Amino acid sequence: MPLKTEPITINVGPQHPSTHGVFRMRVTFDGEEVIDVEPIFGYLHRGSEKLAESRTYTQIVTLTDRMDYVASMTSNLSFILSVEKLSGIDPSPRGVWLRMIAAELQRIASHLVATGFFLQDLGTLGTPLIYMMRERETILELFERLCGARITNSYMRPGGVFMDAPDDFWPALDRFLADMPHRIDEYEDLISGNEIVAVRCDGVAVVDSQTLIDASITGPMLRASGIDWDLRNRQPYEYYDRVKFNRPLATASDNYARYIVRIHEMRESLGIIKQCLEQIEPGPVRPESVPFLIRPPAGDSYVGTESPKGELGFYLVSDGGVAPYRCKVRAPSLINLTLLREMLIGDKLADLFVTFGSIDINMGEVDR
Amino acid sequence: MPANTAFDTSGEDLATQIEAIASSSVTANGDTDVWVSSDRLLDVMNGLKEAGYEMLIGVTGVDYVGYFEVVYHLLSLSQNKRAIVKVKCGEGRIDPVMPSVLSVWRGAELQEREVYDLMGIRFEGHDDMKRIFLWEGFEGHPHRKDFL
Amino acid sequence: MPDPFDSILYQYVYCTLSSTDDVACVGSGLFGGGLLPGGLEWLAYVLTAVTIVAVLINAILGGVLMMIWGERRLLGRFQGRTGPNRWGPFGLLTPIADAVKTMFKEDVMPTVSDRLVFTAAPILMLFPALLIYAVLPFGAGTWLADINVALLFIIAIGGANVLAIVAAALGSGNRYAMFSAMRSVAMLISYEIPLVISLIGVLMLSGSLSLVAIVNAQTLPFFIVQPLGFFVFLVASMAELNRTPFDVAEAESEIVAGYMTDYSSMKFGLFFLSEFAATIATSGVITAVFLGGWHGFDPIPSQIWFIGKMVAVLAVIVWIRASWPRLRIDQIMNFAWKALFELTLINLVVSGILLLIWPSPSTTELWYMAGINWVVFLASIYIFGKVLGPKHDPVKAGNIQPDVTLSDSDAPALPTGGGD
Repeated sequence: MPLKTEPITINVGPQHPSTHGVFRMRVTFDGEEVIDVEPIFGYLHRGSEKLAESRTYTQIVTLTDRMDYVASMTSNLSFILSVEKLSGIDPSPRGVWLRMIAAELQRIASHLVATGFFLQDLGTLGTPLIYMMRERETILELFERLCGARITNSYMRPGGVFMDAPDDFWPALDRFLADMPHRIDEYEDLISGNEIVAVRCDGVAVVDSQTLIDASITGPMLRASGIDWDLRNRQPYEYYDRVKFNRPLATASDNYARYIVRIHEMRESLGIIKQCLEQIEPGPVRPESVPFLIRPPAGDSYVGTESPKGELGFYLVSDGGVAPYRCKVRAPSLINLTLLREMLIGDKLADLFVTFGSIDINMGEVDR
Repeated sequence: MPANTAFDTSGEDLATQIEAIASSSVTANGDTDVWVSSDRLLDVMNGLKEAGYEMLIGVTGVDYVGYFEVVYHLLSLSQNKRAIVKVKCGEGRIDPVMPSVLSVWRGAELQEREVYDLMGIRFEGHDDMKRIFLWEGFEGHPHRKDFL
Repeated sequence: MPDPFDSILYQYVYCTLSSTDDVACVGSGLFGGGLLPGGLEWLAYVLTAVTIVAVLINAILGGVLMMIWGERRLLGRFQGRTGPNRWGPFGLLTPIADAVKTMFKEDVMPTVSDRLVFTAAPILMLFPALLIYAVLPFGAGTWLADINVALLFIIAIGGANVLAIVAAALGSGNRYAMFSAMRSVAMLISYEIPLVISLIGVLMLSGSLSLVAIVNAQTLPFFIVQPLGFFVFLVASMAELNRTPFDVAEAESEIVAGYMTDYSSMKFGLFFLSEFAATIATSGVITAVFLGGWHGFDPIPSQIWFIGKMVAVLAVIVWIRASWPRLRIDQIMNFAWKALFELTLINLVVSGILLLIWPSPSTTELWYMAGINWVVFLASIYIFGKVLGPKHDPVKAGNIQPDVTLSDSDAPALPTGGGD
């Protein structure tokens, strides 16, 4: 005779140590097993898209900082590219190189946060997280030299960036580039070969690649399922067609694959920054011809960029005024959560948060 | 080449392609975008998915005061190109309703809920059509131009 | 006065108080002894017990504070930061500041809680942790009680804290706490068995359940003679203590704080205290049973040897805590029943055969036993690791993982699949 069991429902979040912000799930458990998940969003909804409709294009850059607040530079970049496409601005080369350096540094910082908190969810007592925060701190200090701000950078402008890098930025960047590969080796020493990480992550929350594509999931999650889809390579924007880099692909599509893809992408980003440093030339960081108040012609534009979390794009509609008529964000963090329910059902309570951490979302971008 | 436009399918090609899938569904076309009529939307989208647009990148609602427009950004991984399909709905701002493409792409689930929540366009055939960011009982739809 | 006088601690305090004419007391004790008038030996006897218990409990509390400080400093070092260093020299007074802060916090009691059970749980939790100290020999002749069933006593008392955890969970009426309690009970049932069986090898070697006798039997520390027993006992006691990697009962990233979720103020403080007290007690048991207890070389007193070994065990526990993630509950169960249980049985059989060969081993024969046991230990760990370990082979840092391919940027591979 089977034991009589009773499912219990728990509200996980919005106040919970592992929901990466104010995310809430209504989870039904049968014992330790998850039998139903209902994600509930909106605790950080600030109406950024509506706010953008009453701001000029330059002012909106500050709003994009606050969407994905662990990857402000890539949010800036995506918005700026859409504005440039909308208004036909031709950016100056040095500005583009600087934007690429900033975006790749930001990608490393974001992946550090993602893997760090992923391991925190696995139950490490902060050791890998603090190691990764240490390197992220170096990157934030680089950003501080670059533009005066650490998190909310607002560094990019239509046509380039708002100021050139100061002289002391370049030696600091060189030191970081020399140091970082050893740090990544250190993480791998600590984590990648750890048996407990392996047994916890192998074969958990496997999703096949066709389902991922059907659910519009992009970024490292898609690459961890073996699909070679990186917009920097397939639909190059900026000068990504002038740099060479590999795309790490895993086939397992489980939590471990998602982790290891991010670790390897950090190495590739370092390579991209090195190539940028070789090719960057002196010159203006922003063309003189770009006016302070941009009035793009009526029309719309969308540019998809590869943010650390997936395809980030801004759909801008202009009516010819100084502010966009409509500014819609294609937020990878939100859309990557589409399959959350399928990934979690049938797994144990402990895997709930690990899987959630491996998706790598940012509540600022989910709710906007 | 900072913002690469080479991968957008041209509007005329797309219109021809859509006409082949579902005749007389295209109402207009621009440089890169195509307007289709909402009652043929599901046929068009099914056909486009068959034709290689595997991924629904984005669903956007735009309030043009007189009417609403829903913009679908599609992406083909295998052919490495993008397509933009637009649909007008809610003529005269009265009860904008659209067929849901959830049956075509799973990725529409959260995006259509978002459009419904913030723009008030209802998607018929979406089995979980409720607010996503705002709470149940919230009055109005904030991204409409008449919401202040 | 038979047994208690084996303890010089006991003898010293008793002789200070009582004016007995016992030979052992002549010329010993503070102030020349005899503080109480004659005929009150019974009072001296009682007061001696009270004094020693009071001293011991305060020493435990001091030790817990030291351990909190030490753990935080060590964790800080492992994580590349300083750890507490502001209040007092090297931050030594930080735990005291913490304790004062904890006492002054508001004591919140959830409305759905069962008040009696909710309040009793932290006290229930503290008692077993403190009781273990009663039988720990802290040095040559320094113990509170040398009872001849000490190991049984420790095992029985050590399992009692799960009652407190269940009481806390039921009392607070919190679902996270409920998960925690269920996990604790399941873990306790599974890990008590290897824990107890792993000690049998030691019992066969020493021939006694008394900790003092076991320490005396260790001319060669038993972790050298009984590596498998030591390993299993260490792992199983980590599980009993809810320490990493078995800390599922208070897994912060999963069930907030487990059974402690709804506790605040000094009730939470008591949980915290008992957890650390139990950890120190367990390290004491490991020291006494496997690391040779108070034995060491001469100029350093035996008490310092014992405490030094305890600190070493604690440092290892903190080290593990700093570097490993947590296992899942089903994997923990699998590990207990599929690995630890079998390992203890192997240990039992091998130890039994060796004792048949050398019935009362001398130190040289203990070395022979140790050699054979280490071979068995390494072989069985290797085999069990191969059978039960992770399926993918962890590779060295810097290498490309076997399932990660790097796409060449010149010739992008097309993604698989077409329309459907």
